[in-house]
Amino acid sequence: MKIQAIALNTFREAVRDRILYSVLAFALLLIAASAILASLSIGQEGKIVKDLGLASSSLFGTFIAIFLGIGLVSKEIERRTIYAIIAKPIHRFQFLLGKYIGLVLTLLVTVGVMVLLVVGLAWAVDGHWTPGLLAAAGLDFLALMIVTAVAILFSTFSTPTLSAIFSLAVFVIGRLSGDLRWFAEQFAGAGLRRVIQVLYLILPDLSRFQIGSQVVHGLPLAPAGIAWAALYGAAYILVLLLLAIGIFQRRDFK
Amino acid sequence: MDPVIQIEGLCKDFRVGFWRRRTRVLHDLTLTVHRGEIFGYLGPNGAGKTTTLKLLTGLILPTAGSARLLGQDVRLVAAKQQIGFLPETPYFYDYLTGREFLDLCGRLFRLPTGVRRDRIARLLHLTALVEAADRQLRKYSKGMLQRLGLAQALINDPSLVILDEPMSGLDPLGRKAMRDIILGLKAEGRTIFFSSHILPDVEVLCDRVGILVGGRLRGVGRLDEILKTRTESVELILDRVSSDLAIVLRDLAQAPLLSQPDGVLVRLPDQERADQALRAALEAGARVVGVAPQRLTLEDHFLREVQGKTP
Repeated sequence: MKIQAIALNTFREAVRDRILYSVLAFALLLIAASAILASLSIGQEGKIVKDLGLASSSLFGTFIAIFLGIGLVSKEIERRTIYAIIAKPIHRFQFLLGKYIGLVLTLLVTVGVMVLLVVGLAWAVDGHWTPGLLAAAGLDFLALMIVTAVAILFSTFSTPTLSAIFSLAVFVIGRLSGDLRWFAEQFAGAGLRRVIQVLYLILPDLSRFQIGSQVVHGLPLAPAGIAWAALYGAAYILVLLLLAIGIFQRRDFK
Repeated sequence: MDPVIQIEGLCKDFRVGFWRRRTRVLHDLTLTVHRGEIFGYLGPNGAGKTTTLKLLTGLILPTAGSARLLGQDVRLVAAKQQIGFLPETPYFYDYLTGREFLDLCGRLFRLPTGVRRDRIARLLHLTALVEAADRQLRKYSKGMLQRLGLAQALINDPSLVILDEPMSGLDPLGRKAMRDIILGLKAEGRTIFFSSHILPDVEVLCDRVGILVGGRLRGVGRLDEILKTRTESVELILDRVSSDLAIVLRDLAQAPLLSQPDGVLVRLPDQERADQALRAALEAGARVVGVAPQRLTLEDHFLREVQGKTP
């Protein structure tokens, strides 16, 4: 009940912020515009709508995750709103989990609206609906949950600006990490290869969650691959949250 | 007596500056507060009052020593079940309404819906926020936020209330209301521990006070013992003072006389000399306009403690 109370309050904070609506409106506009763009192509309408739509929802989701996530804890400390809460009988881990779940809930609603529009547009263009779209969006949402966990981890000990830079860096490297591993195998010398391998192991491999292109091109999906990605994502989130809790438990709120 | 707050050898270090140097802000604090008393925790700015209160409420963790609230270690979450805390200059979620914020606080104590609703209604009434209850906190004035801070501190019907500078930011009416509420809480059998540097309020409210200077506790005592009704000096205001009388008065006062719109002010160092001066004045045909015994105030005591023994 305590985690739930904090989560609902975090959700409430987000939905009472006008910025969220501007971002959401902009994202929906962009997704809708993909339909116009699609009409310019011949025979590829469905692909363009799905491709651009999934990319837009993923990008704006990440944007919201990072920019709300970095302030999740640091803003509470800076604005001293945390004082009255921590003085109540609530464990610090409950507070942190509540904040995390609240933001994930916010993302679920906003990204959900975007994906719904993508699915609807794709249906309208194709004349039939593509179940794979939901699998792609679902897996992408897991990547979003990792980015959120990264942002909240930085938020427990760093300033919002630094957290934003770190989280963005982790997101970009994470998206490219598949290429990174390939690059290490192809060219780099033994020493550099080791460094890149360690980096690959530490940073989240977000490319695992990108099955959008398979869905767009109508290629078959590998259920085992999706299951592994889901397991990897869950484990990665768990580790990030445990780290964040470990740091947060020891913090003084000066 | 039943101890409600037991602090033993409590120390707190903060790391400051670029080199993260360790600085001790609270030195070996040992203090006991008993059930049902109002304890005033005094000290100049930066003395470590807020640090102590934050240690008691789990916002910061002790470097050494221990603190127990109602018999439970402050590091345990369960210790906070019976505690109400008003932070210094309270900041709350400004996107919530007063009622929503109190409801959130009630949920953190796992209060059932019905209890929450009744208690919120009662506390909004107590803190005169009924009309503002459904307004967002960003539209609250400083005094209203302070009152809401008190309401949220009482949401769990606590047996110990810890208030950090409860009078700050309040106008005279607000201070009076806060004083009345605090006295009401005591009448209900609660223990109140509050920090303040507004000494007249402390004088009216407290059973005991502790004075903290530079992170060290300088003294703890019953207010009535500190302010023993010992007369420090007596001020007389006399009119129609002849020049002969003026010489006698100057002798007794061992100081020059001050002339005032309504007469001459004579400050006499003790009661004995005041009696002599009064007798002489009446015999010489002067008129007594005023007699004012000057007693030691908490402020005098406080200033002596702070200035006299600064390390």
